[in-house]
Amino acid sequence: MPLKKKAKGGASAVSTMRPGWFVYAALAIVLIASLFPFYWSFLIASGDRYSANDPNLSWWPGGNFLHNASVVINNPAVNFWKALGNSIIVSTSTAVSTVVLSTLAGYAFAKLRFKGSGPMLVAVVATMAVPVQLGIVPLYILMQKFGWTGHLGAVILPGLVTAFGVFWMTQYISQSLPTELIEAARVDGCSMIRTFWHVGLPAARPAAAMLFLFTFVTQWNNFMWPYIVLDSKNPTLPVSLSILQANYFVDYSLVLAGVLLATVPLILLFMFAGRQLVTGIMAGAVKG
Amino acid sequence: MTTTQQQTEAPSPREPQRRRAPLTWRQRLGRLDVKLSPYLYIAPFWIVFAIVGLFPIVYTAVISFQDWDLVRNQGTLTGFDNFAFVLQDREFWMSLRNTFSIFLLSSVPQLIAATFIAAMLDKNIRAKTFWRMGVLLPYVVAPVAVALIFSNLFGDKYGLINTWLNDFGLPKIAWHVDVIPSHIAIATMVNFRWTGYNALILLAAMQAIPRDLYEAAAIDGAGAARRFFSVTLPQIRPTLIFVIITSTIGGLQVFDEPRMYDTRGNGGSNHQWETVTLYLYNEGWVNFNFGRAAAIAWILFLIIVAFGLLNFAITRRFIAGDAAPKKAKKKVKK
Repeated sequence: MPLKKKAKGGASAVSTMRPGWFVYAALAIVLIASLFPFYWSFLIASGDRYSANDPNLSWWPGGNFLHNASVVINNPAVNFWKALGNSIIVSTSTAVSTVVLSTLAGYAFAKLRFKGSGPMLVAVVATMAVPVQLGIVPLYILMQKFGWTGHLGAVILPGLVTAFGVFWMTQYISQSLPTELIEAARVDGCSMIRTFWHVGLPAARPAAAMLFLFTFVTQWNNFMWPYIVLDSKNPTLPVSLSILQANYFVDYSLVLAGVLLATVPLILLFMFAGRQLVTGIMAGAVKG
Repeated sequence: MTTTQQQTEAPSPREPQRRRAPLTWRQRLGRLDVKLSPYLYIAPFWIVFAIVGLFPIVYTAVISFQDWDLVRNQGTLTGFDNFAFVLQDREFWMSLRNTFSIFLLSSVPQLIAATFIAAMLDKNIRAKTFWRMGVLLPYVVAPVAVALIFSNLFGDKYGLINTWLNDFGLPKIAWHVDVIPSHIAIATMVNFRWTGYNALILLAAMQAIPRDLYEAAAIDGAGAARRFFSVTLPQIRPTLIFVIITSTIGGLQVFDEPRMYDTRGNGGSNHQWETVTLYLYNEGWVNFNFGRAAAIAWILFLIIVAFGLLNFAITRRFIAGDAAPKKAKKKVKK
């Protein structure tokens, strides 16, 4: 028996063999499990107020989705457009700022020599382990003193730069940017900041793109802190979803229509940039 | 990594320097540029951290010993009162129990599933990127959205899960009333979002395993299952431990899912699924007792640290347990 098997596989043994149907079946089940909740939500969101309670709900979507969506969008309590705009502002600004500031710090840690760089990098990594909730009460008091409660600044400020971002960029730049390039730029008379701008930043671009995506997704989905510090007049999307739930808990077709509306932008982003997210997670795993 | 560069980079900034001639204004500026720039580049991080990280952490300790007055925005010292209150509060112990229960229900099945999915993705499949993206999709969806969808699926009266149970002749389960069912529902939301993400991390570790190991094992007669347990699992152990520790830190802070599991958001009529973070939120922003909330934050932090250290200790034992027999074998061979 074993002889037969070997003859079949030939020289290219186990690791290059195409797998059997079982692997595809298992992966297909996982894929269906990740998609099914959204399809189910769409079924209910495209029905009426009785759909969620209908045990014999059709597996084919109804025609009410646009109507339900417009009810959600036009509800003044939910504040949908404001929330969408706020989410875009918060996610974009924190992602841009995190990328720029993390690249700057990562470049310094990876390629510049200065006193205390080693211990400081250790300190950066150590701050990653501190849970967000630890400082949440004083942070709130601080925002009250600034008069920022209810304003987007209260959400943007804590997200301006992250320890994870600094660590991530340090790792990437120290591996991918040859020090000779920096030296060459310096010899040619570039100032430190010009060297960073023309040599460091372009070299860090792939990692910067991934960091942008991660920060964007994290901030878009962030709930606890915005929920505490913002109010219903000026919400982000997750906060407005919580308002939606409180308003319409009897009519799940509207709640789930809102959920889908809030999710669509990220699904679109995922279609364009999901490949980079996959690469980013896998690259981060090997280095971290 | 910084030490190695220091040697290679050292000569460049010194080149224009000459002993006798006094430095020109430009040269002085250049030297200042070299010396000061690194600090300027890392300064933004530290400034932001000082405001939103360091100050709040230190101040949490201060507030936790105070009775905070919201009107005056000031506290009066009350010693360990807040800690005593929290530790004697039945709600706290329930929330701690719930947190650990949800954490176990989410991390254990999730890790097993993620390892299994990673092993499937590690096979030489067609359309690799497609499957990887498919697995990752739930990660980009907000926990709030996931929670709203699943609290419908797990509806007590008309939820899809109960309808299915009914179809199979099983009794309906009171997902929003009973303790363990509500924990299972919330753990399912966490698993839905994170399994694929962790699978990709484990997949990266699996791809770093030298393929010769599999060939050698196959030649020695190991079947697919044996290769998985004797080659794959030991090789990805460090990454597994990394995933366990990160999911511990995240899992003990779970907030979004239990908050959105019902409309009132206080963790159920009898605190069945109230987690420690939700308890913190309720003390802080429903009861507006900031002193107690700060005390809870510190207690939660200490629990996470203790748990992290416990994990670390177990980890070290695992690694030591793995390394010892290898050394022994080598010695025998020599």
